Amino acid sequence: MIQLEDVSITAGSFRLSGVSFELSRGEHVVLMGRTGRGKTTILEAICGLRPVTTGRILLGKVDVTNWDPADRRIGYLPQDLALFPTLNVYEHFAFALRLQKRSREAIDQRVVEMAELLGVTPLLGRQIQGLSGGESQRVALGRALAAEPPVLLLDEPLSALDDATRLEMRGLLKQVQQKTGVTILHVTHNRHDAEALADRVLVLEEGRVRENGE
Amino acid sequence: MLGTIGGCYLVLMVLLLVANASYTDPSHFKAILAKPEIRYAFKLTIVSCTVAAIMSLWVGTALGYLLARFSFRGKWLVDTLVDVPIVLPPLVLGLSLLILFHLPIGGQRLEDLFQDAARWVQGRLPSWMPEAVRTTPLRITYGVPGVILAQFSVACAFAIRTMRITFSQINPRAEQVARTLGCSRGQAFWRITLPQALPGMLSAFTVAWARSLGEFGPILVFAGATRMRTEVLSTTVFLELSVGNLEASVAVSLLMVAMAFAVLGVLRLVGGELGR
Repeated sequence: MIQLEDVSITAGSFRLSGVSFELSRGEHVVLMGRTGRGKTTILEAICGLRPVTTGRILLGKVDVTNWDPADRRIGYLPQDLALFPTLNVYEHFAFALRLQKRSREAIDQRVVEMAELLGVTPLLGRQIQGLSGGESQRVALGRALAAEPPVLLLDEPLSALDDATRLEMRGLLKQVQQKTGVTILHVTHNRHDAEALADRVLVLEEGRVRENGE
Repeated sequence: MLGTIGGCYLVLMVLLLVANASYTDPSHFKAILAKPEIRYAFKLTIVSCTVAAIMSLWVGTALGYLLARFSFRGKWLVDTLVDVPIVLPPLVLGLSLLILFHLPIGGQRLEDLFQDAARWVQGRLPSWMPEAVRTTPLRITYGVPGVILAQFSVACAFAIRTMRITFSQINPRAEQVARTLGCSRGQAFWRITLPQALPGMLSAFTVAWARSLGEFGPILVFAGATRMRTEVLSTTVFLELSVGNLEASVAVSLLMVAMAFAVLGVLRLVGGELGR
């Protein structure tokens, strides 16, 4: 589903080179590594926010290395969530659908569907200011998944949550993947999250990605 | 302690206003408002400040965004150039504008090029438009456009600074996420960043408007202070003072203070609503 072939990325003085790995359709792969090793940089390169200096990124066998982020159809959940302060929860879920010019009825239907899946139906009319950490996480997840992207990139989605909410969100992520069948690349440095969620674990070390245990 | 320091400044401002107010009475206001040239200056001030502020906001938004979001070669130079009108004596800016518009470039002066362009546009205006609009010769130097350009030249620098700070306080990540959701760069700016920048835009407009209202030096040099033509309230204060009419001069000054209060008050109210 996602394939990185010998990818090199330069970000200022930071450089990653020879990054290669592959994710199969419907897999939940966790990418681990210590802070500052370039995990977020890899996610940004996959969704097109950071240019790749050499190598190729393929999505479903299509080379998207030079594609605009808007054309890649990848759901992205950054670590800080980056919710839109001027939009309410409904508008977050409807954002990508409106850009696709779907009908009002189709948008309403999909928003309700996502809100039910993520358990945020009572929040739909709320502004994002004042939402709890767990609620904000669900809204960001719903925003990323509403347009049914085949791939979802999660950047430390559980790192800022308390233990109870973290467990709850782990369950939710599993449930979401079962229902949607989305392929997930999940960056974390938390071993427990990886053990609970991953079909496979990749480790980023010294600028190279390898299978855990290799 | 902090209250005392801040309080001293506030007391000074209040004393200045009280001193001005004690030097005038309602009859002076009646007298100045009865003068057609001061009514003209009042109207021109409102129009020119508003046009200059809108232009400043437009340029300030574009340049502020560019400076806040992008790194490019020569950025330090752009940054420095933007600050030039802030540090330059206003009179020098007016003089520079005057020289620029009268300097022959390729055998033609900028002023002549503008007048030719204005004549070309006027010649193509439909006949139903007022004859004055179609036939009145337009010029920048010593004309109303000169007043606006002089105000804009200074006010814009402040608008750019305000917008740069505004954009640098907005999380660029939200814009990036919007792009992964299907937005082009432009759509992400319009849909996500600009709505967040609205309170900052209002501040930039306010600062630009207020700067334009207080502008005097560049207007005097570049547009002149011709009554019923290029006179704005700041030049009225000077003109009245120069003929020894101190009462009228003070009354116009207080009128400007009232205008500033009214505009700033309304914009703060609107800004408060936007902030919510």
